[in-house]
Amino acid sequence: MTDKPTLAVWKFASCDGCQLTLLDCEDELRAVTEAVTIASFPEASRAVLDGPYDLSLVEGSITTPADRARIQAVRQQSRTLVAIGACATAGGIQALRNFADVQALLETVYARPEDISTLATSTPIADHVTVDFELRGCPISKTQLLEVITAVLAGRKPNVWPSSVCLECKARGTPCIMVAHGTPCLGPVTQAGCGAICPAYGRGCYGCYGPMETPNTAALVDWLRGLGMAEAAIQRLFRTYNAAAPDFRQAGDRLGEGRHG
Amino acid sequence: MGDDPQGDPQVGGTETRTIKVDYLARVEGEGALYVRIRDGALEDVKLKIFEPPRFFEGLLRGRAFTEAPDITARICGICPVAYQMSAVHAMEAACGVTVDGPLRDLRRLFYCGEWISSHTLHVYLLHAPDYLGYPSAIEMAKDHPDAFERGLALKKAGNDVMRLLGGREIHPINACVGGFHRAPSRRELSDLRETLLRARDLARDTVRWTGTLDIPDFTQDYTFVSLRHADEYPMNEGRIVSSTGLDIAVSAYDDHFEERQVAHATALHCVMKPDGGSYLVGPMARYANNVDRLPPEIREAATAAGLGPVCTNPFRSITVRAVEVLYAVTEALRLIEGYRPPEPAAIPVPPRAGTGHGATEAPRGLLYHRYSLDDDGLITDCTIVPPTSQNQTRIEDDLRRLLPTCLDRPDDAVRDLAEQAIRNYDPCISCATHFLRLEVDRG
Repeated sequence: MTDKPTLAVWKFASCDGCQLTLLDCEDELRAVTEAVTIASFPEASRAVLDGPYDLSLVEGSITTPADRARIQAVRQQSRTLVAIGACATAGGIQALRNFADVQALLETVYARPEDISTLATSTPIADHVTVDFELRGCPISKTQLLEVITAVLAGRKPNVWPSSVCLECKARGTPCIMVAHGTPCLGPVTQAGCGAICPAYGRGCYGCYGPMETPNTAALVDWLRGLGMAEAAIQRLFRTYNAAAPDFRQAGDRLGEGRHG
Repeated sequence: MGDDPQGDPQVGGTETRTIKVDYLARVEGEGALYVRIRDGALEDVKLKIFEPPRFFEGLLRGRAFTEAPDITARICGICPVAYQMSAVHAMEAACGVTVDGPLRDLRRLFYCGEWISSHTLHVYLLHAPDYLGYPSAIEMAKDHPDAFERGLALKKAGNDVMRLLGGREIHPINACVGGFHRAPSRRELSDLRETLLRARDLARDTVRWTGTLDIPDFTQDYTFVSLRHADEYPMNEGRIVSSTGLDIAVSAYDDHFEERQVAHATALHCVMKPDGGSYLVGPMARYANNVDRLPPEIREAATAAGLGPVCTNPFRSITVRAVEVLYAVTEALRLIEGYRPPEPAAIPVPPRAGTGHGATEAPRGLLYHRYSLDDDGLITDCTIVPPTSQNQTRIEDDLRRLLPTCLDRPDDAVRDLAEQAIRNYDPCISCATHFLRLEVDRG
């Protein structure tokens, strides 16, 4: 039907925000649709072309037995599979269940919990299938999404670096809010990509892009204690949208054990 | 999913038909529709939402009251501002603090951005292709490039408002209990003014354009539920009213509405007490209950596009959304005009033990939050009732009345019309905390 590369967008447990990011590329949407055939994107189109697909963007985490089977089928139909967003790359906010009793959560929300089929954990896509690239963020950045699509089409590695948010604050000219104002901030251990928005708005980074490469979370925890934060509050800071990402999980677990340093 | 995502119609025998939509398209989230027809009569309709449950209400227990606006925003990437606003109002109510004056105006301006962006996404990218006969807006754009570009430009204006006030358009970071982390300068807002002046023209054209669409003739008797405010078209504040005479404070919501779990969905269905009747929230309800709060020029634009003071045809909801976009752009301009940066950007909200209720008008309708806090401001209990949960019973009621009028048509046609009827409500299934598929059983 077409010789353009085909794009498919898949949703697992998520808020839809990362796939919405594609529709939010108002200035670039026409160019994207000229460069690729949107073969399957239920949120945007009822027309679905059969796979295989050249590029699959996968949003969301695996939280049900049905989704655990479906991600295998998605992988089989996808030449390149990119996991997009904190849910797909770390399990998302719903991975807080990994630290809780799921049966108790079911009973909190549903009158008849036995009717609900769910797994005890929320896990990232890479725990289930081979993922070719993970794009971080809650939500992902438009610029980085367009870079990943462009790179995949060009057959090169996406230009997305695992450095910290601190570098983006410097690039943006935002004075360090921890140094200047004593505002607790996860920026030193969080991967860049958002553009360091929070510090520019006077609040601390809350880690929505997940841990940077080899973060020194122990040093940051000491700093946060020095700012007067309680252990439980520091633990909550690590346990949000990327709570189950290994480096953040370990930092949170250490706080939970009451260990210091 | 796990099943055939296409949901080919199954025609079984001569007396019964099953029509399935296994994966409803152009809605936010994942769901299905199941329709069973026996001997040419409609026997059963189920809107199935099987978005995986994410347990927000459970996960919020033990979190700080200040975390709820950011965490609940993650329920929905399409309307995060609504979640942030219902959460901050509920927390401020629990702590006995009222946020007023310029901060209140700034919140309203922020919300205008989400109404513009979310409604325009639905009008142009999700809903309009139904009226013009295309599978997607991208296909529609080939024959209607002007409409497509207008939609994108208008949506972008809404996103510009959210990005300035919120830092980013999806999961904005700037709203907090008590106000904002940072208030924009007058100068930053005046840059937005130019964008919004252009957007106002686009919004007027959008209202006119929706009036030219071929609207199916289908009217229903609705119980409309929305906020109503003494002198504004409602967004952040007001009493909860219905077209049948209900008029209650937000804190009395639980006395009059009830969530019930149904076997075919992971979303909870809401009904009105005591008789368990369905009701409608969203643009049609807001408009019917508050048309007298719209400025005259906007009412004139609505009338010129064929909209009366009450709209009871859900297929015409596209015009109601367009009118609300025009209102939101106009209101945003008014708020920018009178803007003085609030000082400070957030007022202190010391936590205290108690319960607080918040309800605001998300683009898709009334969004209710209730939180109980302990002395330290940690959440001990919470309830979140999104608009799509409230509309789900009503959507099924519409389908029960609509489908009998078209059962003589082929399955494909029945399916298309049913899907369009569902899209009339702009259902946000992620919001309903939970997935949609259409299945019609004729046998």
